[in-house]
Amino acid sequence: MARIGVFVCHCGTNISATVDVKKVAEIAKGFPGVKFATDYRYMCSEPGQDLIQKMVKEHNLTRIVVAACSPSLHEKTFRTCTQNAGLNPYFFEMANIREQCSWVHDDREEATLKAIDIVKLATAKVGKNNPLQTTFIPVEKKVLIIGGGISGIQAAIDVAFNGFKAVIVEREPSIGGRMAMFDKTFPTLDCAACILTPKMVEVNQSDLIKLYTYSEVEEVSGYVGNFKVKIRRKARLVDENKCNGCGTCWQRCPVRLPSEFDMNLGKRKAIYVPFPQAVPNVPVIDQKHCLYINKKKCGICKKVCPFEAIDYEQEDEVIEEQFGAIIVATGFTMFDHSIYGEYGYGKYKNVTTGLHFERMLNSSGPTGGKIVRPSDGKEAKKVVFIQCVGSRDEARGMPYCSRLCCMYTAKQALLLKEHNPEAEAYVFYIDIRAAGKNYEEFVERVQDEYGATYLRGRVSKIFQRNGRLMVRGCDTLSGTQIEIDADLVVLATALIARPDAIKLAQMLHIPYDQNRLFTEAHPKLAPVETVTTGVFLTGACQSPKDIPDTVATASAASVKACGLLSHEKLPIDPQIARVDVEICSGCLACKEVCPFGAIEKEEIVDRVTQQKRWVAKVAPSLCNGCGACNTACRPGAIDLDGFTEEQIFGQIESLTADKGNER
Amino acid sequence: MMKVAYYPGCSLHSTAREYDISFQLVCRKLGIELQEIPHWVCCGSSPAHVTSHLLSIALPCKNLILAEEMGLDTVVAPCAACFNRLKIAKQEVAEDSKLKKEVQEVLGKPSAGKIEVKHPLQVIIEDVGLKKVEEMTRRKLQGLRVASYYGCLLVRPPSVINFDDPEDPQSMDNLVSALGGEALPWAFKTECCGASFSLSETDIVFELSGEILNEALEAGAECILVACPLCQSNLDLRQKGIEKRRGKKFNLPILYFTELLGLALGMSMRQLGLSRHIVNPSKLLERKLAVT
Repeated sequence: MARIGVFVCHCGTNISATVDVKKVAEIAKGFPGVKFATDYRYMCSEPGQDLIQKMVKEHNLTRIVVAACSPSLHEKTFRTCTQNAGLNPYFFEMANIREQCSWVHDDREEATLKAIDIVKLATAKVGKNNPLQTTFIPVEKKVLIIGGGISGIQAAIDVAFNGFKAVIVEREPSIGGRMAMFDKTFPTLDCAACILTPKMVEVNQSDLIKLYTYSEVEEVSGYVGNFKVKIRRKARLVDENKCNGCGTCWQRCPVRLPSEFDMNLGKRKAIYVPFPQAVPNVPVIDQKHCLYINKKKCGICKKVCPFEAIDYEQEDEVIEEQFGAIIVATGFTMFDHSIYGEYGYGKYKNVTTGLHFERMLNSSGPTGGKIVRPSDGKEAKKVVFIQCVGSRDEARGMPYCSRLCCMYTAKQALLLKEHNPEAEAYVFYIDIRAAGKNYEEFVERVQDEYGATYLRGRVSKIFQRNGRLMVRGCDTLSGTQIEIDADLVVLATALIARPDAIKLAQMLHIPYDQNRLFTEAHPKLAPVETVTTGVFLTGACQSPKDIPDTVATASAASVKACGLLSHEKLPIDPQIARVDVEICSGCLACKEVCPFGAIEKEEIVDRVTQQKRWVAKVAPSLCNGCGACNTACRPGAIDLDGFTEEQIFGQIESLTADKGNER
Repeated sequence: MMKVAYYPGCSLHSTAREYDISFQLVCRKLGIELQEIPHWVCCGSSPAHVTSHLLSIALPCKNLILAEEMGLDTVVAPCAACFNRLKIAKQEVAEDSKLKKEVQEVLGKPSAGKIEVKHPLQVIIEDVGLKKVEEMTRRKLQGLRVASYYGCLLVRPPSVINFDDPEDPQSMDNLVSALGGEALPWAFKTECCGASFSLSETDIVFELSGEILNEALEAGAECILVACPLCQSNLDLRQKGIEKRRGKKFNLPILYFTELLGLALGMSMRQLGLSRHIVNPSKLLERKLAVT
């Protein structure tokens, strides 16, 4: 028979002001199995914990109940305390009489009665607790980083700095991501390439970092410490080991195509590196447009390659590797403004986006750093910037603020004026959101020193008149209508989740929100973790982020990942589902409802019939103990350790049996 | 033969007689039987919804009920404002049970809910089909350069109207192309003409309608096609005044799309009531289409 000790906490006045803690302890003494009960000012304090250990010895207690705050706050504290008192740590239960009682009630008498019930439930449960043992799983000391933008690059560098291996899987032929497309960064006006390329080179040269570019994650199985990942390495048709990036092939390739990297403002070849600083500096062959692949003509690249690196026969390769942790750094894509009729449904060539403008600003970009009208290549002198295109628009766009458009628009207006002091910059905005170090000052400078004209209001219409763009909007500060004849319009389009974000989320068993952005485990206290242990988030795949925030989350995620990897073995919570294979009928309804993919089917030999049959099997490292399988199981073959049917029904009985007598 | 209830509204019985005449003629030709709703009442137009919300919903509902009582499933309203009010009333009553009850109390009858409200353009494009119209064309428009002007109410708000594009509508343009005319792309298809300010704040109409005329002329238009009596009236009736103010000749006939369609189907200007316009279209039409 269990010998239960009950300790009722005052939590200063947090509990004692509303709950008569002395009465609770007094009544608890009469509950079945309770051999000792007392109250104390702060149970979580050192003297409070000492009291528990002392009373265990003095009264020979075998089970502990602490009536205090929420288990999410101090369950761990008291488990350890119970263990230190020489008991199994799972011989402890927490009765939450603060969040679920004193804080939400004001009638002292009623609250005291409720607290008594809560303590009663805990004592009924703790008496039936089984001793549980923490188990351990080994850890593969390697981190998978999905995405090779600044986010993934920084994460890889930090993982390597901690002495662990990292693998970057990048879909494009080169790492670098969006940041490689930018000209300068706000608010310091550092050249983006100048601060990014050293990091790209560092990643490339590190012995601990492996790059799989032009590759995609295809399948993820396993669990923290032991993720098994299938990676598709798309056929480059160029041997990475032989090629030294001399460039002869793409100089001689006769096929000219619009360059995606240059937002179709410039050209590339059918064999190409997306930009000069590409890492790895190895081209890919665009199979859709290559003359040899499609018509068996040409073949020039193969003829001119001095290293015989061109291999038209190369095929996709799927490799499998194991990882201890995964960092998701897949970034964002831009909102398609062509749904907006008032901006011309994407029909006007001179209505562009921030990324187009970025490429034009760049001196190594398609216009050599000249701001031109895409329609005729003539210099653009009057530029209208429109903010919040697709952001803060619940009806047709995204409901959220994309956070960085205010800043990059200000930067672009400034750079426009630096490139051509005669140029005019107009910015239509809803609000200026410049919350960041030196951000507000920057926006002020753009207006005061550079003379950009800021207009608070929306643009109602853009149309063409005599080959020029007419931008009609309102200035709500002066209350007037405005019409500007512009050479160029730059739309600050929203940052949105990638179209295939959901597919990846399902692969990794991580949740996403209504905007398809990946969801963190806790918005404040676990901002780079996900609910799937061992999977971390960084950068704009989680929410729009500027470069400083992206780099900060990358470092944070890598620290979390390295923290996991620094253990030889990982402990797993023993409060998980357990299948009784004697009862399991193998229907696998549990597998359907498990949100963590923790249940697999297993073939066993039936003890009675000696025949093979299927049963459910729980992967301990994946199970989070949510209990969904437990309730879905029809024959009742699944029980949840720490929350067994016996415990739960014991609690219900304790409350219902003598309810009439008490009240 | 398709049978629909016809809600002409006040304009088509007065200032826009030629819209009424041409619409009826075209319908007869295309095999649509129009049955005017007996004892129809005012749709409420702008005055009702600036006075009382309930009134602005109850008036169109009254007409919807009358149309339903005719046993027909579609009511057609050529005036953009009538069309808009009927659509809005139908939707608001369907979505708001409290309002529905109030309207029921005022009218003494349950509100209509099933009858469909359509604009003639919708009937011609969705029910008759441009292919059939094209086949029936007797007189091609000979590349007549037409700026189609839809105004503000015909395609907006999109959540209620649910017809054509709210920013760059195409239905009249497609009709023009089917008839052999040149549908001009231009940016002022849905700009405001000044609407009922024509009487109270005429300057506003001079300004706004002037912009529309100017933009159409710049786009190369020989005439403007409309589907709303008030748009027609502002662009036509005020054109002389606008010309004087801007010091610029427009001389742009403002035609109902039913008139142009009637001409293409082989009717004469006289039959269609084209003599009722202020800016005389006959010179242009005689020259381009050789009609009399």
